[in-house]
Amino acid sequence: MNVVNFTPAPAFLGGTLIGLSVVLFFVFNGRLIGISGIASNFLTSKDNRLDNFLFIVGLITGPILYKFFTSQEINISISNSFFLLSVAGLLVGVGTRVSGGCTSGHGISGISRFSLRSIIATLTFMIVGILTVLVKSLV
Amino acid sequence: MSKIISLVSGIIFGIGLTVSEMIDPAKVLGFLNIFGDWDPSLAFVMVGALIISSPFFHLFKNNKKPIFAKSFNYTTNKEINKKLIIGSTIFGAGWGLAGLCPGPAIASLALLNINSAIFVVAMIVGFYLVKFSEPTTQAR
Repeated sequence: MNVVNFTPAPAFLGGTLIGLSVVLFFVFNGRLIGISGIASNFLTSKDNRLDNFLFIVGLITGPILYKFFTSQEINISISNSFFLLSVAGLLVGVGTRVSGGCTSGHGISGISRFSLRSIIATLTFMIVGILTVLVKSLV
Repeated sequence: MSKIISLVSGIIFGIGLTVSEMIDPAKVLGFLNIFGDWDPSLAFVMVGALIISSPFFHLFKNNKKPIFAKSFNYTTNKEINKKLIIGSTIFGAGWGLAGLCPGPAIASLALLNINSAIFVVAMIVGFYLVKFSEPTTQAR
């Protein structure tokens, strides 16, 4: 192991903003944020549809506002393989719905309320994610 | 008013992903690359989020009701079963392949990146596959 590109301060600060978002949604609207749930329910369920829609709109608006107010470019490095992106997206869509949560729903909201179910889910997807990256680096 | 909170929560979440750089799949893959060149940043994002969300959750969970809604509405499912493990395994494999999970993938649509869009469309297909294969189960 070799630690590289470590940015603890912005990571922590960004994390607290994500935590604040979870708190607002819970204290005012009574719901716990899970993005896979919000996104899939927006498409497949009539319950809270407008709230789910507005949250998604906000999620996409956030980076735009950041860019506008800080004048900083947001650079991301993403695979450009249609095949890899399609397979990965499909796995993420299926997996999060079968397990009932993703990095936000299990990893943040679930762990916030000390749910053993969410802790096990988070450990599982992290370990599998780590193994997937390891296997990718070997082939 | 709940609608404004939904929008504002989404905006803050999106800014949080941007500030923490988790919107960048390379940062996520760096975290998962624990046996190679490891970038621990994602762990600090989780700690930062949990330090805020967990105390407030426990402070407010016994309130009679949330401020703008009739009642609290979140899962209290405690079941640890095959579905949880299989689903998390499938998700983990997809996460490790592209470095994208649902939040950053949707937020990165803001950058008009065609590759993010391909991932999101495939993810939506995945949502529907599960929805149609489990017609009696309420998705959440």
